[in-house]
Amino acid sequence: MSDCGVVLFHTTSAALRAEKTLLASQLSVRLIPTPRELSSDCGMALRFPWGTAAQVRSLLETARVDFVDICPL
Amino acid sequence: MIYLDHAATSWPKPPQVVRAMAEFLEQAGGNPGRSGHRLSIAAGRIVYDAREAVATLFGLPDPMRVVFTQNATHAVNLVLRGLLRPGDRVVTTAMEHNAVMRPLRALEREGVRLVVVRCGPDGTLALDDARRAIAPGTRLVVAAHASNVTGTLLPVADLAALAHRTAAPLLVDAAQTAGAVPIDLAAMGIDYLAVTGHKALLGPPGTGALLLGDRAEPTALPPILRGGTGSRSDSEEQPEDLPDKFESGTPNGAGIAGLGAGVRIVQGRGVAAIQAHEAALAQALLDGLARIPGVTVFGPRDPARQTAVVSFTMAGRQVSEIGLRLDDDYGVLARVGLHCAPAAHRTIGTYPGGTVRLSPGPETTLGDIAATLQAIEEISAG
Repeated sequence: MSDCGVVLFHTTSAALRAEKTLLASQLSVRLIPTPRELSSDCGMALRFPWGTAAQVRSLLETARVDFVDICPL
Repeated sequence: MIYLDHAATSWPKPPQVVRAMAEFLEQAGGNPGRSGHRLSIAAGRIVYDAREAVATLFGLPDPMRVVFTQNATHAVNLVLRGLLRPGDRVVTTAMEHNAVMRPLRALEREGVRLVVVRCGPDGTLALDDARRAIAPGTRLVVAAHASNVTGTLLPVADLAALAHRTAAPLLVDAAQTAGAVPIDLAAMGIDYLAVTGHKALLGPPGTGALLLGDRAEPTALPPILRGGTGSRSDSEEQPEDLPDKFESGTPNGAGIAGLGAGVRIVQGRGVAAIQAHEAALAQALLDGLARIPGVTVFGPRDPARQTAVVSFTMAGRQVSEIGLRLDDDYGVLARVGLHCAPAAHRTIGTYPGGTVRLSPGPETTLGDIAATLQAIEEISAG
């Protein structure tokens, strides 16, 4: 799991929007329960291969999806 | 049976809507946004997809600014109760439904200054009257997009321009038009749009939405309900994040699934095509009613200036009697009476007797209209 990262959100709607946005660009992502050590804002986080972190950030910013943080898992 | 009461609720619901609701209950039954397991995520995706479909239909770029509500009344109350304080000045029209008028009258008793702009006997609003009423210092302008009694379209884009001149936002009650008349929030300058899910959007009852346009002030708007949202669960304070701020408690997931399916059907057909179909039905109704002795039709009597809602009375007959005979003898289902809009009936001169209201929908045919006209002619003849 050390090669994975997560995107953290304030709301589920934002997490679902992010999932849809990234899947549309063929990125490998998965919604997971938010790891407790990272955040308690929203029950869902988006896990992705850490190697695609820059692309994830850029796609979410371009689509104006509101997220809290992107961090390694 | 000929169902001509789509202005009250559309019927029957398309099979895709029924299927989407059943699938939500049978296969995706988790609580959207509460848990991270597959059923919760599946439910969340369905709710999110519906949110996105609603945003797209009304030209709203950010789906987070779609707040799901129980109905249009809930959405209207959220804005009126949230924005208006004693001493504030609010401008509305004399064609409003009680969804707008009752909360405004209650606020008036609490010290809000209410200005009701008069409308013509066909329900039309003169922009000069609106311009005079929307004076500097106005906090909010509220208007129906179309009357539920006469179908009269109100000039909401012009009202938005007048409101914005005085820095007031515009709230539009689109219960009668969402899905039946094209609406683009940005192009029309609408700041708050209240829609219902169970009419022309073809969804089930118990669904609706408030759409927040550019000048909407969600931070200035307190929620009606506070509670669990699945987000910021460490805090005992209501989150400010959209849409969670206004969506406390478990949402009507099955209903929203049905609403999403309904909106996709509307998108597939195209709102302009639906409007054109219903305009042809309205024209046929208007032409036919004009030829029946003793019948008076209310409203603009011009499909370019109204929805497919057509209201009429018949000399010497109570509307209740006409409604009963249409139902019993001809299987034509219409609404009769005051249609929850006493202000509109006073405006057109049908208070307290009311009208017979015929409101066709996207599946109504010209044959249905011809049969209905035949029925009304026979009732008129004795």
